[in-house]
Amino acid sequence: MRTIALEVKNIQKTFSVDGGKIDAVADVSFQVRAGEFVALVGPSGSGKTTLLSILAALLTASSGEVLVDGQDLARMKERQRVELRRKKIGFTFQTNNLIPYLTALENVEFMLRLNGLDGREGRKRSKDLLKRLGLGDRLNNLPGQMSGGQQQRVAIARALIHNPAVVLADEPTASLDTQHAFQVVEAFAKLVHEDGHAGVMVTHDLRMCRYVDRVLQMLDGKLVREYKNRKDIDRLAEKGV
Amino acid sequence: MSISFYLAFKELWRNRGRFFLISLVIALISLLVLFNAALGEGLGTNNRQYIANLDAQLIVFLDKADYLISSSRLDQADLRAVRRIEGVADAGPISTSNTAILLNNDEVLKVSLLGVEAGRPGLPQVVEGFPLRTDQAKETVIDRNVALRSDIQVGDEITIRSTQGPEDEFYVLKVVGLTEGQAYFFQPTIFVTPSIWELVRPKSEVELNKTIPDINVIAVKLNDPTQTKAVGERLTTLVTNTRTADITTTINNIPGYTAQQGTIQTMGIFTLLIGILVIGGFFQIQVLQKVPQIGMLKAIGSSNEVVGGAAVIQIMIVTALGVAIGGIFTFILSLVFPPTVPLIFNGSASVLAILGLLVIGPMGGLVSVLYAVLIEPLKALRLSQ
Repeated sequence: MRTIALEVKNIQKTFSVDGGKIDAVADVSFQVRAGEFVALVGPSGSGKTTLLSILAALLTASSGEVLVDGQDLARMKERQRVELRRKKIGFTFQTNNLIPYLTALENVEFMLRLNGLDGREGRKRSKDLLKRLGLGDRLNNLPGQMSGGQQQRVAIARALIHNPAVVLADEPTASLDTQHAFQVVEAFAKLVHEDGHAGVMVTHDLRMCRYVDRVLQMLDGKLVREYKNRKDIDRLAEKGV
Repeated sequence: MSISFYLAFKELWRNRGRFFLISLVIALISLLVLFNAALGEGLGTNNRQYIANLDAQLIVFLDKADYLISSSRLDQADLRAVRRIEGVADAGPISTSNTAILLNNDEVLKVSLLGVEAGRPGLPQVVEGFPLRTDQAKETVIDRNVALRSDIQVGDEITIRSTQGPEDEFYVLKVVGLTEGQAYFFQPTIFVTPSIWELVRPKSEVELNKTIPDINVIAVKLNDPTQTKAVGERLTTLVTNTRTADITTTINNIPGYTAQQGTIQTMGIFTLLIGILVIGGFFQIQVLQKVPQIGMLKAIGSSNEVVGGAAVIQIMIVTALGVAIGGIFTFILSLVFPPTVPLIFNGSASVLAILGLLVIGPMGGLVSVLYAVLIEPLKALRLSQ
């Protein structure tokens, strides 16, 4: 049985708006095991991104527990949360993923530098990972010299290079065409499975669910449905966007 | 290499054209500040140099002259009395005026004409030739600045023109010595003995038959240079109608000196303030453009120290490069300026200006660094509700 890398227990996030209160995330609980790839789907405003921000230790939950590799985020001070993000979490965003003045290789290596793991071995690992993602001929290209899909793959490499327990992806295919979107998510899923990370991907595009092991559907801040069965997931993916 | 330095260096190198342009703007500010400082030093020096370099610790003025050298009038009896005061090693008269040296190209060189006694305080050391020797000889010691602005050398004869009464009179003086660093009242100086000074100085009609020179002030050298206050008090008690001042007080009372230095310093401060605003503005725009990128850096685990440190290192490198380029520009430009432009780059003012310039970069960028540190990754990445 694979270990639980991410555990969410009765998470609640309440925002005060115009004197009233809105539950952006309401009583959400789930677990993600190492090597498991989970999609978080739902319409705009359903609370996916808020939940992802809480999982990434960028936002504090109003109540409930989030355990990343066994560490409770709620008990951490800001400095510890920064350290956790650096060591235990990998993150890719919709846009602005890469440092524009670093090459693909340097962007990936940067994560190792942050963790004090750079050096010859780190460089070799970074190159190997980029090659696995089909970017062997783009190592020394700056982000501006690469396509959106290539940039996303570099971001995935950076999110995984330091071997984090949890990898989070916020709409990684939002700015990509269909062909590149499939390539990116397929590559992401492959690495999550092969290297044993717990992956959580927020997406609007249900077609991308064909690469995940489980789908969590959110509505109005709540988890309303969970798809575990492969057939159900594939049926959902076939429905498309 | 620290992560901050790595980020700062990589960004500088990959965007070197943009950062070089910012450095050039800082270089232009540096040029302005350094020229301002050099001009202040040069003007100040031209105004005070002779007094500052006097081999004396006290200056004796007429009591009601308000420390103004040109207004002070003393006589030979005062001079003799001063020399008798206990604690006074020597005293020499200084008489001030102006004259014009006729040059070979039909132009004139305006100079300060100072009457000083041979071998007494007031006559500076010569670096070439001989000092003034006898009172009646029509000899002069000239400042090197006079030589630089003309072709006059030791051994030459110079002709000076002075308006005496209704006539222009011409006198020939032999240059016997050369001295250095003796500008007085913005002009290079020539030194003559008191008798020759009285003979050749510009005079009004009523002064034409005057033969005994007026003394403006007396330069006093003390046996113990630390006893300026005690000897000064003794001197003013025993020599009536006199007042004494140390060299600093004398310089600060040179007409316009304090106001001039204040003006130059104010200009310098304003230029530095403009520099702070310009550099601050550049780096603030830079940070504003990088908000999402800084947010991403923080989201993936970069600490505030890393982000803020990178910004500070960048500002320091760009500023140092700008100041260095500005310093080189200034040096090259200073080589083409004629000696009539009072620019002095080796003064403490230039060093202070350079230090000031190196400080204004980080000061100007302080707001942008704080802004970078305070960026919230959620908002920067537009993940917040």
